[in-house]
Amino acid sequence: MPVLRALLASLLILAAGIAVLARATDGFRAFTSETARRIDVRKHPRALPDVVLQTAEGRRVGLGSLRGRWVLIDFIYTRCTTYCSVQGGVFARLQAELAAPIAAGDVALLSISFDPEHDDPAHLADYLRRFGDRGAGWTAARPASTAGLESLLRTFGVTAVPDGLGGFAHNAAIAVVDPRGRLVDIVDWSEPRAAARYVTATHRDSP
Amino acid sequence: MNLRRPEVRPNPALASSLAGAVLWAVLAVPPIRRMLEATMTAQMLVQIPLLALAGWLAAAAIPRGVAAPMTRWNAGGIAGLLLASLASMPWMLPRMMDASVVDGWIAAAKYLCVPLLIGAPVALSWPLAGFVVRGMFLLELIATAFRLGWLYLAAPGRLCSNYLIGDQLRLGRYLLAVGVILCLAVTWRVMWGRVRVTRPGC
Repeated sequence: MPVLRALLASLLILAAGIAVLARATDGFRAFTSETARRIDVRKHPRALPDVVLQTAEGRRVGLGSLRGRWVLIDFIYTRCTTYCSVQGGVFARLQAELAAPIAAGDVALLSISFDPEHDDPAHLADYLRRFGDRGAGWTAARPASTAGLESLLRTFGVTAVPDGLGGFAHNAAIAVVDPRGRLVDIVDWSEPRAAARYVTATHRDSP
Repeated sequence: MNLRRPEVRPNPALASSLAGAVLWAVLAVPPIRRMLEATMTAQMLVQIPLLALAGWLAAAAIPRGVAAPMTRWNAGGIAGLLLASLASMPWMLPRMMDASVVDGWIAAAKYLCVPLLIGAPVALSWPLAGFVVRGMFLLELIATAFRLGWLYLAAPGRLCSNYLIGDQLRLGRYLLAVGVILCLAVTWRVMWGRVRVTRPGC
């Protein structure tokens, strides 16, 4: 019965193939590494490394010092002239919308440069000015060391590749860090509301 | 060149499997691997097909004693071609193309899976397959090229974090071209080629 044997073998191969594909796509949900990173972060929140950052004012702060409030983080490079420059506008809008929780110390916005060689405090300050920083609750900073940068990129799953035009292509998004200092979600930069909801939900709950 | 000389008495199976092994080793040389993975286009249209070819060539080394029992479970080449089709799917996912660049384990899996589960099964199954099975396999290949090409062209943004959007669009266009070329080749074969209808070994 060669045909029946071939049929049986085919069924086994089919079952194994579907199982492997399901495994490789997180149950047919993640076909790109970007979706996979978001699913993984939601399922397994990641503790942030206590990397030292240098802010636009030249101050040195540890990422750990931001604990106790929600932190919305995006990764930037200030020379960006293409679509990633909308990130600055999105954060400026978030800063306006979240003015109350910012004033209450419940949330901070943080833009981290992955291009620290170019983005010194002066360029970072210029970046904030350019997008209309209102002066409270939005920090632009660069990692103080290469090791710190690498550790951040790894933890957040940020990939920046040279675009051949002197800039970078990177998986821009808004990372949500909870008051315990854990990365709990990554949302599209086109959906800042989804990021803001984390903050406003707890802000409203607290007296 | 030497193998061609009559006094050497070439062993075609040995030569083929050696060629497969050498091809695989060359593809595994780090600078060559980096070059082939530098663009999405090269990874999908050069590296992966060459890895499959290495497996195809190396399959000649499988001794008759091992191949014969496998053939008993592979009537008409159906099981083997199904295995090759399924094994090729993960390596078309943007996620795996991305991961195989940065994750050594995924890269190793690709270098083993593509020759052993795609190239070798096709080499063992193709001679067993009849007209209908071959036709189905080829049509599925053509459909896959069009589907993937369309996907890469229609995707709203970058699908791979490690590759640029221009690369993705180029791969999309090339895949459509591959689909068209395969289509023309199959049509040519059906219209004017010699199509053997009897199925050996079945």
